[in-house]
Amino acid sequence: MIETIKMYMQFPFVRYALIVGVLIALCSSLLGVTLVLKRFSFIGDGLSHVAFGAMAIAGILQLTDDMLFVMPVTVICAVLLLKTGQNTRIKGDAAIAMISVGALAIGYLLLNLFSTSTNLSGDVCSTLFGSTSILTLTKSEVWLCVVLSLAVVLIFLLFYNKIFAVTFDEDFARAAGTRVEAYNLLIAIVIAVIIVLAMNLVGSLLISALIIFPAMSAMRVFRSFKAVTIFSAVLSVFCALLGILISIVGGTPVGSTIVAVDIAAFLVCLLIDKIHGGVK
Amino acid sequence: MALLTCEKLTIGYEGHAVLKDVSFQIHGGDYLCIVGENGSGKSTLMKTILGLQRPIGGKIEFGDGLSQNEIGYLPQQTLVQKDFPATVQEIVLSGCQARAGRRPFYTWEEKELARKNMERMELMNLSRRCYRELSGGQQQRVLLARALCATRKLLVLDEPVAGLDPHVTAEMYALIRKLNREDGITIVMVSHDLKAAVEEASHILHAGVSLFFGRTEEYLQSDLAGRFLERRGGETA
Repeated sequence: MIETIKMYMQFPFVRYALIVGVLIALCSSLLGVTLVLKRFSFIGDGLSHVAFGAMAIAGILQLTDDMLFVMPVTVICAVLLLKTGQNTRIKGDAAIAMISVGALAIGYLLLNLFSTSTNLSGDVCSTLFGSTSILTLTKSEVWLCVVLSLAVVLIFLLFYNKIFAVTFDEDFARAAGTRVEAYNLLIAIVIAVIIVLAMNLVGSLLISALIIFPAMSAMRVFRSFKAVTIFSAVLSVFCALLGILISIVGGTPVGSTIVAVDIAAFLVCLLIDKIHGGVK
Repeated sequence: MALLTCEKLTIGYEGHAVLKDVSFQIHGGDYLCIVGENGSGKSTLMKTILGLQRPIGGKIEFGDGLSQNEIGYLPQQTLVQKDFPATVQEIVLSGCQARAGRRPFYTWEEKELARKNMERMELMNLSRRCYRELSGGQQQRVLLARALCATRKLLVLDEPVAGLDPHVTAEMYALIRKLNREDGITIVMVSHDLKAAVEEASHILHAGVSLFFGRTEEYLQSDLAGRFLERRGGETA
């Protein structure tokens, strides 16, 4: 098996896939804890559907670089969702559902009406489940991904303490003069960037899994914010690597294989928690 | 000069006033309890003092070198915190966020301050424990230590004994009393517990249709207190 992997490693597209996969897994796990605890999980899910709609439009317009269109649209929607979500809880949820399902429907409709592709359902499937897109990355896409991932990691490290403060207690942070709205905005934008990046790896439907599973697994086993953050990053990278390798050797779809590994890891963490009551 | 002066303050939500023309002063070392019925506007008043919402009219002035973001705030617990993975030390340190300002990381002095306040609240043996696994009283002490990191002068406490059993409640009051008497920290406390309020506080602000502000002794002689205490007594008996 190691021989097979070695052989595959000689292809540049496999190396690209591994680099990009590791970076995306790292980024998406960082904000997972914040997302889960702030009840922002829905925004993540909603945005991934928006990204699908944007991707469909980009495809129809035959843009040379999808990212340049998809990224701004998703970021703008992130900001809008956050603003509506803050007004009232219930209306916020409904607004997210409306935007996300709407984007999904319109995206698919437009693809059906205008697409020039001969394999429409194949295209849709790969956008939703990311079946092959990670293996067909061009060099410039890899670079874009590297730059954006590094930016996400840097922002996270710089604002780690603020993100903690804003996640744990918004009111206290606000009373202390921390600009909570600005940080919420920053978090939403970073989430949008991560989602667009992760679309390449797992497709738009499975992105939430990549963000939420490592965080939930880490929260089962560890008890400090720092440990949870570090462990979820490590676990996410490990699961992504394992998932990509399995899918290369076994010929399974990349995205769903990674998510399956994430689920397995979560079950293991659940088991550890049940047996030991977590690592103290 | 007063630490905090409210002048003809009108407060409420979205233009709808719940309290009108509130004027009072808090001086260094005071222990003020804000009491009143549910919906009387006592939480709104507290949030306005903290700068969490704007007053509709009037003004709030800070004196004695205190600024609005130097108030130590003990909020009520939120749902999010019930399953938050964070250690006591991480939470107490986050009380230094106003001091840190735009600086991304905490300095050695700030970590030292957090340690001192954990010691003060007798949390040293719990510093690496997870917040969500602590008892209600311990959690309140953690949040109090965090508030102490944020202030040298003024603590604002929102129902600090809500949900605690009588024994722990007494401990909590003793702790707050000690901070007020020995360390000279000014206390503003929103409370349901009128009996404890008149025992502990030096001043009372009774929010409601008829408003009272003054020393506790004066309050006890007013009609308002008589009626309120009577009704409260009837409820708990």
